Amino acid sequence: MRRQIITGLRFLVLMIILTGVLYPGLITVITSIFFPSEAQGSLVERNGVIIGSKLIGQNFDSQKYFWSRPSFNNYNPLPSGASNLGILNPLLTKKVIQREKDFLQANKMKEDLNIPPEMVTASASGLDPHISPTAALLQVSRVAQARGMDKAGQDKLINLVNDLTEKRQFSLLGEPRINVFLLNLKTDSLK
Amino acid sequence: MNVYDFVQLTLFLLVLIILTPLLGRYMARVFLDENHVLKSVVNPVEKAIYRLISCKGEEMDWKKYTYSLLVFNFMGFLFLFFLQLCQSYLPLNPQKLPAPSWSLAFNTSISFVTNTNWQSYSGETTLSYLVQMAGLTVQNFLSAATGISVLLAVIRGLVRKTANNIGNFWIDATRSILYVLLPLSMLLAIILTGQGVVQTFHPFAKATTLMGSGQVIPLGPVSSQIAIKQLGTNGGGFFNANSAHPFENPTPFSNFLEMLAILLIPSALTFTYGRLIGSNRQGWTIFLVMFTLLIIGLAVSYYSEYKFSTIAGININMEGKETRFGLGNSVLWSVATTSASNGSVNAMMDSLTPLAGMVAMFNIMLGEVIFGGVGSGIYGMIMFIILTVFIAGLMVGRSPEFLGKKIEAFEVKMAILAILAPNLVILIFSAVSCLTTPGLSGLNNPGPHGLSEIIYCFSSAAGNNGSAFAGLNSNAPFYNILTGFGMLIGRFGVIIPVLAMAGNMAGKKITPFSGGTFRTDTWLFGLLLMAVIIIVGGLTFFPALSLGPVMEHLLLIK
Repeated sequence: MRRQIITGLRFLVLMIILTGVLYPGLITVITSIFFPSEAQGSLVERNGVIIGSKLIGQNFDSQKYFWSRPSFNNYNPLPSGASNLGILNPLLTKKVIQREKDFLQANKMKEDLNIPPEMVTASASGLDPHISPTAALLQVSRVAQARGMDKAGQDKLINLVNDLTEKRQFSLLGEPRINVFLLNLKTDSLK
Repeated sequence: MNVYDFVQLTLFLLVLIILTPLLGRYMARVFLDENHVLKSVVNPVEKAIYRLISCKGEEMDWKKYTYSLLVFNFMGFLFLFFLQLCQSYLPLNPQKLPAPSWSLAFNTSISFVTNTNWQSYSGETTLSYLVQMAGLTVQNFLSAATGISVLLAVIRGLVRKTANNIGNFWIDATRSILYVLLPLSMLLAIILTGQGVVQTFHPFAKATTLMGSGQVIPLGPVSSQIAIKQLGTNGGGFFNANSAHPFENPTPFSNFLEMLAILLIPSALTFTYGRLIGSNRQGWTIFLVMFTLLIIGLAVSYYSEYKFSTIAGININMEGKETRFGLGNSVLWSVATTSASNGSVNAMMDSLTPLAGMVAMFNIMLGEVIFGGVGSGIYGMIMFIILTVFIAGLMVGRSPEFLGKKIEAFEVKMAILAILAPNLVILIFSAVSCLTTPGLSGLNNPGPHGLSEIIYCFSSAAGNNGSAFAGLNSNAPFYNILTGFGMLIGRFGVIIPVLAMAGNMAGKKITPFSGGTFRTDTWLFGLLLMAVIIIVGGLTFFPALSLGPVMEHLLLIK
């Protein structure tokens, strides 16, 4: 019986080295060669300053920007997380009604228009970088107005939304979507 | 359900069905020590490991096998426990995180050793890179290997004639890791990083956002952990949001692969099982029972999510879900991860509609046998088979047999013990929590949904699943300790009777097949097995479920 303890101890040490040190180390080396940017978090720099990650959403509450989805942690990644509210929770009802009102008002939409569901609900990670293309198009006229753009500028924005829309992967998987951070980044450089 | 959901679902199931015999056949070759692709390359490493741990390959009886397994798991627990408590003194802690509380470290260690991966903490703000990789990633491998080893021991118990021994634990664990878990994880980790899953030892990145505020972007050796977390039915995320986090699951393709990885090994093991006991039909029968239960769960879940997710006339079906996956992939994941005892999530269970939440909960309550954990899914299913054979025997008045071996009082006792242990944890521990202040103080939602949060918590612990109605604040000594013991009972309260039964079965003679033998590889038996699983689960949990999700659903449609 004591022999099993010694064997077990040796086996544990070996496995810690193999699966806890060598394996993650090897994967780090391989991925840093083949996917250097992705392995480091797909970070985006502007004038030498990191301004975010392609994969992590940001909070936009200015009229000049396209808005991201509501977020439980307001796009603070420490830590990620969701509201975890159940469908019958009065708190959720209150929040959803308020968000609908805000979105309709800000974008001067008619009351009876259907809002894309992702714009009235908080995401699972609190860091969802995407919204649906429809939700982006609904915000175009507001953004254009806040930036003092004319009709031509507004058309440019619509084109931008269409260009940046990501299709279903391999035309099959997931949902059509647009990255709000990248969209706003491009919008900033339109002028 | 729209046409794209349907196509993605069909594709997913099709790929799973195709890979099952391919990987299953490979694993059978590995465990029979026959020739296979990796043998020549990895065999020297395998031999070196046996030399270093001075394992001569001697066979063990069930007591020695169980003892080795328990001792080894206990040492893994101790190492992980102290590693966490010492993390502030150790390297690879770029964010200078302090040690977690002892009750949290206790809970997390048990959680990862038992293949549960319940998380009372947020990875990105609690644990250092070192703990995540040398502590958690290691246990991701070891707990999965433990599950496969137990299955192999049980299979030997079923196949061997008047034998005493059921294999060597060290050899079973080594082969599971070297030939199955590690190569698949390496492949998956590299592909996932290609999609955007981070893998680095750099400190967290500091960004200045377009709006001009600061954003700290957490990094780490993520993809190496995510790969085994999915493949080993572990499910413990590197980040709090688990596979909903864009750095754990950035694209629909990464989502597809991770979802496939949840069910891949448990599904393929049904084929391996068939091979090892010498009847592919037996393996496929188990596969079909599991597959059918999976489909039933999917149907209810899809229906509920599409039909019942409006409040005040507003569609809210994206609450707790991510835009890139959409509703379809979120539902599919929630059913897959609870059928298998994986427990990772790409959408928040707590915000699912009541019936979809109930499907997730019920999948776990059935004993994690709808594919289940790696290894544990099938040995759990074998206990249900013993029970079914016994009941069928009673009905026709013939002495029950399984694979030519007589099922006697001892086997039935062990089967009942293994089936009831997790169920007792779920009901008793939930009741205790509902009656005490610390139990109720963790709630995030009022009404029946609050009860669901508590029942889900202990189902997840006892079923070694690890997913959560995550609104429940479980990082307090009360929940940390109670779920800790729940996970222990749910794991070893099943493994010990299973191995005892295997040891007893090994000693029996094999009666030749005759016209009077009750067959266990027919659709009739499959139906009977499914009925037993559902009736046991249904009778045990119907009262609790009717006060939780059923009541919530009725209030919703009122």
